[in-house]
Amino acid sequence: MDAKTEKSNLIAGETGDWEVVIGMEVHAQVTSNAKLFSGARTEFGGEPNAHVSLVDAAMPGMLPVINEACVAQAVRTGLGLKAEINLSSVFDRKNYFYPDLPQGYQISQYKNPIVGEGEVIVDLLSGERVVVGIERLHLEQDAGKSLHDQHPQNSYVDLNRSGVALMEIVSKPDLRSSEQAKAYVSKLRTILRYLGTCDGNMEEGSLRADVNVSVRRPGDGFGTRCEIKNVNSIRFIGQAIEYEARRQIEIIEDGGTIDQETRLFDAKTGETRSMRSKEEAHDYRYFPDPDLLPLELTQDFVDEIAGSLPELPDEKRARFIADYGLTPYDADVLVSERESVDYFEDVAKGRDAKQAANWVINELFGRLNKEGLAIDDSPISSAQLGGIVDLIKAGTISGKIAKDVFDIVWTEGGDPAEIVEKRGMKQVTDTRAIEKAVDEVMAANPDKVAQAKEKPAVAGWFVGQVMKATGGKASPQAVNALLKSKLGLE
Amino acid sequence: MSVDRATVFRIARLARIAITDAEAERLESELSGILDWVAQLDELDTANVEPMTRVEAMTMKMRKDEVTDGFCAADIVKNAPQEDDHYFVVPKIVE
Repeated sequence: MDAKTEKSNLIAGETGDWEVVIGMEVHAQVTSNAKLFSGARTEFGGEPNAHVSLVDAAMPGMLPVINEACVAQAVRTGLGLKAEINLSSVFDRKNYFYPDLPQGYQISQYKNPIVGEGEVIVDLLSGERVVVGIERLHLEQDAGKSLHDQHPQNSYVDLNRSGVALMEIVSKPDLRSSEQAKAYVSKLRTILRYLGTCDGNMEEGSLRADVNVSVRRPGDGFGTRCEIKNVNSIRFIGQAIEYEARRQIEIIEDGGTIDQETRLFDAKTGETRSMRSKEEAHDYRYFPDPDLLPLELTQDFVDEIAGSLPELPDEKRARFIADYGLTPYDADVLVSERESVDYFEDVAKGRDAKQAANWVINELFGRLNKEGLAIDDSPISSAQLGGIVDLIKAGTISGKIAKDVFDIVWTEGGDPAEIVEKRGMKQVTDTRAIEKAVDEVMAANPDKVAQAKEKPAVAGWFVGQVMKATGGKASPQAVNALLKSKLGLE
Repeated sequence: MSVDRATVFRIARLARIAITDAEAERLESELSGILDWVAQLDELDTANVEPMTRVEAMTMKMRKDEVTDGFCAADIVKNAPQEDDHYFVVPKIVE
């Protein structure tokens, strides 16, 4: 039917293959100091109900006044998603009752959102590329938080989150596997973090997803979908989709039909279950909020934001591949986190980018992973790593010694050049000293010398011996050249 | 346009308003009357008329992104029927 319907994405049922169709609604908390319609702070945590104004608590007579920075962040995100910006949009009331929603309605955008259609390009590890359509992005208020474990008969409500600005980013039903869905959310998170419009912190709930899942025979029209609410980790999104798709296939294959409903994902069991108590809550009776005029933007306002957009991951990736000769895989590793790419670009600045990438990916990321550290916790700064790369480039140390220097800087800190100088780790480029070592090794191993004349590969053994004799400090290029001529291999 | 009894009860329930059968009967005719009256507007062709959103030409006021409010938890929970440590306390709502 389309390029996304790849055989490998199909799920085998009892009666043949099934295709899963996924659409996502991602709720991303806008990075701002104050809330969408009040001057209360947005920071996570805080004493109960401390970050709450009378507006957020919906006291009678309070009126919402929109935060211009939240509007700018939504526009910025829209531009980053290559989406159309609607210069006129409208806030509506979405009506429902819940203890953590003091207004009795959420201010959201229904028919006229601030951002229209866009797209996100998703590259999978397998090399597969999916272009996911964005349906819309709108601004809305977050609700408060209910705690259920404080008391046996009661729930406790904290409104600190109430009124914080969220962007709801709605995708088209363009995803065809749990892998694609996970890659999509992770790409979206990367873009938001590059833009600085959402911190992407899933543990703190800054990014959560409602996942719409349905199944069908390849080539058929859409099946009936179920919506899995509020999934708050990328791994859980994958698990929820896998479970839900198989649940639906089983029902249909047993001759049943799917009820369109809202479901919850239980992280403990890895299963989804029906949210029966909200069955009646779906009549939201949207209408334009009479407290708020339409949101009118000027093209200048949008253009100014467009002019300040950073280089985004897709552009960076393309540049790294084209200009630096990095492999798509290495480029992906580097661009996936904003902190990683900033670090890499610091190291690469004015240096051989390919060598910088090798050191950042293989040595630094390798070590960070091993010790369970994030890039921000790296004991080696980009300047220090750059210093090591400089020493290799200048021929002061070999790549092998560089790894020892890396180790020392990792555990003890310090300036790489100084460490090399003080600890006598400089590469020996003095031909006479190397020649002496070569001569000694050759004199001690006449049999190998004879062998080398027959089998040039034996020269490698000599390189190893000479390096050993010089404590690894001999320049490998110089050793190679000397050996070649002395063994008569040229 | 008429509203039937079931719709009256459904709207009341969505609004969390308890009504008796007698009240429902009265509301049924009142709501139908209101809708009939408003339905007169349908006689006008508004296909090419922009919706009016304001009486005077004015744009929405915006606030700067500054923390200017909050830190009044005691005031926030002052009217709550029950509170504990500045939390609102409500009957258990767990799923």
